[in-house]
Amino acid sequence: MTMIFGVPAAAFYGQLLLGLINGAFYALLSLGLAVIFGLLKIINFAHGAQYMLGAFAAYLLLETLGINYWVALFLAPIIVGAFGVVIERFLLRRITHIDHIYGLLLTFGLALVIQGTFTNWFGVSGSRYPVPEALQGGINLGFMYLPIYRAWIVAVALVVCFAVWFLIEKTKLGGYLRAGTENSALMQAFGVNVPLLVTLTYGFGVGLAALGGVLAAPVYSVSPDMGSNLLIVVFAVVVIGGMGSIVGAILTGLMMGIVEGLTKVYYPEASSVVIFLVMIIVLLVRPSGLFGKGT
Amino acid sequence: MKMMKTALATAIVSSLFMGVTAHADGHEISDNELRIGYLADMSGTYRDLAGPNGEEALKMAIEDFGGKVKGKNITVMSADDRNSPDVASSTVREWIESDKVDMIQGLVASSVSIASTKVMNGTDTMGLVNGSAASSITNEHCTPNHIHWTYDTYPLANGTASAVVAEGGKSWFMVTADYAFGHALESDVTRVVESNGGEIVGGVRHPLSTDDFSSYMLQAQSSGADVVGLANAGGDTVNSIITAGEFGLAQAGQTVAALLLFLTDVHALGAETAQGIQLTTGWYWDKDKDARAWADRFYDRTGARPSMVHAGIYSSTMHYLKGVEATGSDKASDVRAWMADNEINDMFAKGGYVREDGRMVHDMYLAEVKTPAESENEWDLYKIVRTIPGDEAFRPLSQSKCSLVK
Repeated sequence: MTMIFGVPAAAFYGQLLLGLINGAFYALLSLGLAVIFGLLKIINFAHGAQYMLGAFAAYLLLETLGINYWVALFLAPIIVGAFGVVIERFLLRRITHIDHIYGLLLTFGLALVIQGTFTNWFGVSGSRYPVPEALQGGINLGFMYLPIYRAWIVAVALVVCFAVWFLIEKTKLGGYLRAGTENSALMQAFGVNVPLLVTLTYGFGVGLAALGGVLAAPVYSVSPDMGSNLLIVVFAVVVIGGMGSIVGAILTGLMMGIVEGLTKVYYPEASSVVIFLVMIIVLLVRPSGLFGKGT
Repeated sequence: MKMMKTALATAIVSSLFMGVTAHADGHEISDNELRIGYLADMSGTYRDLAGPNGEEALKMAIEDFGGKVKGKNITVMSADDRNSPDVASSTVREWIESDKVDMIQGLVASSVSIASTKVMNGTDTMGLVNGSAASSITNEHCTPNHIHWTYDTYPLANGTASAVVAEGGKSWFMVTADYAFGHALESDVTRVVESNGGEIVGGVRHPLSTDDFSSYMLQAQSSGADVVGLANAGGDTVNSIITAGEFGLAQAGQTVAALLLFLTDVHALGAETAQGIQLTTGWYWDKDKDARAWADRFYDRTGARPSMVHAGIYSSTMHYLKGVEATGSDKASDVRAWMADNEINDMFAKGGYVREDGRMVHDMYLAEVKTPAESENEWDLYKIVRTIPGDEAFRPLSQSKCSLVK
């Protein structure tokens, strides 16, 4: 049997692929954070709670209205995104002119309230969301058994990541957006409704978190604390990639998935800290992050 | 103001009388009131298996007892330990010193129980440990102030692991939570598997509260072991089982053995995902007529079926209150002596007894999760495969490291 660093080659490839799958998932979540921070300079600590809301929205749509996964994939992000719009319009907008730390505290408080409310309603044990029929089962790749649903997660995450990058960096709308956040007075003078753009951008970032939640619902237990652990990891990914860099968030997400996946093989005890270790090293060597534009 | 004065005068006069009667036989209910503190995880990972519904079980016991003991009122206060031994020990210290709490109930995370009972040791306050798993609580960490009621890691390993090995699961791959409880359970399992002729072929230790178990399940799969043993708890176990299903471990002929699984976890998984899993439990709501009758009353109040921890809280509170009533004292040493002298026969246990190390010995049950076809409703989840007699289930006193065992 071929061995790679003391691990059978087949197992090694399997873990590499799994790392990539988790990485795609991290990329999707950190993308939302990076969009919100990069364009609005809001440190969105409610991102984990909004991800959880996405999963719960899908679960509740199925349980109460019988709405299936495919519809929920679109509907849940819209519902949760609309909730984000309300948050931006009535809470975040009031504090845009003061220090960013207030935005962080506000969204952190919101996250605690949302999570606490859901804990009270649903308990912490979580609920199961079935894998949609078309995506059940798996493929034997020879070196591993790949559940079809995991492959689906990667596909969706990569497509969405590319689309968002294209929208923001390459289209006229994205140009307005970037210009609006750079110099909003000037843009308003040109007749662009910047406050509306800002509100919609926040709603869009929240919708991305919710989309992550819907994708995660069939593979993890849908529970109120599902976002709180993930949030910190995803923040670390954004910091490593460079705060606000969209390409940075996507590529770092994929890389960190692989780093974490390999740690789970060679020294599983460290798997929950390895990303933070990388973060510390990156901050020491390159404080603006791997893809950051410098301070 | 006048009312205050009257109340104060009444208190002084009654305490004088109290003093007279109490000193006559040396026993009394201190502060003219029995105070019970409920300390548990009210908001985190272990909320559902104990948490607010555990407090409800405690209140049910007090109501069923009549609301008073020796004519004195019973009051309950509760706190969230946040699964932190530091929070727990400072709460317990405050309860003992300022609030004069006589008994502390709940006690869920093993680390919380060990820290809390250390504070109680040497005081007059009694601890009833119900949520915790670590068998060390009545072994090296035993104190004369507490009793461990519902279950511990010793019978979990004994029941499930020996049953699985007997069915031909000789080689094991362990997925262990990397902290005290997981290590304890893993070593208990290793002992049982090896003494029954099986072997541990590999394992991973994962951090507490891991979201993604796919890497570990893939490692378990490529190890080729007959059995994947889960020495973790709560959300970690639930996610492990979901991922094992997703990666088709069962189809490939591997058995998943969850060593600690609560009814609330199985309910979260549902019969579809959890079917066929074997587990060891201290109690099941549908195990007999008494259990069912109590579980029905619990359901009416909470909308959920009780876990073994909820039942243990009710049962131990009841036995404690009987002890206070019988001895006329709320001193830990008096009540514990009474509790050890009297057998437990209730909805929780038949012929249960408290040993000198503080272990309440009672029958444990090896259960199997029903298939969706067998399960008649969302809480109809277990069939009892075997009753493990108490003396066989728990660690024998001859192996005890507890200083109270002579």
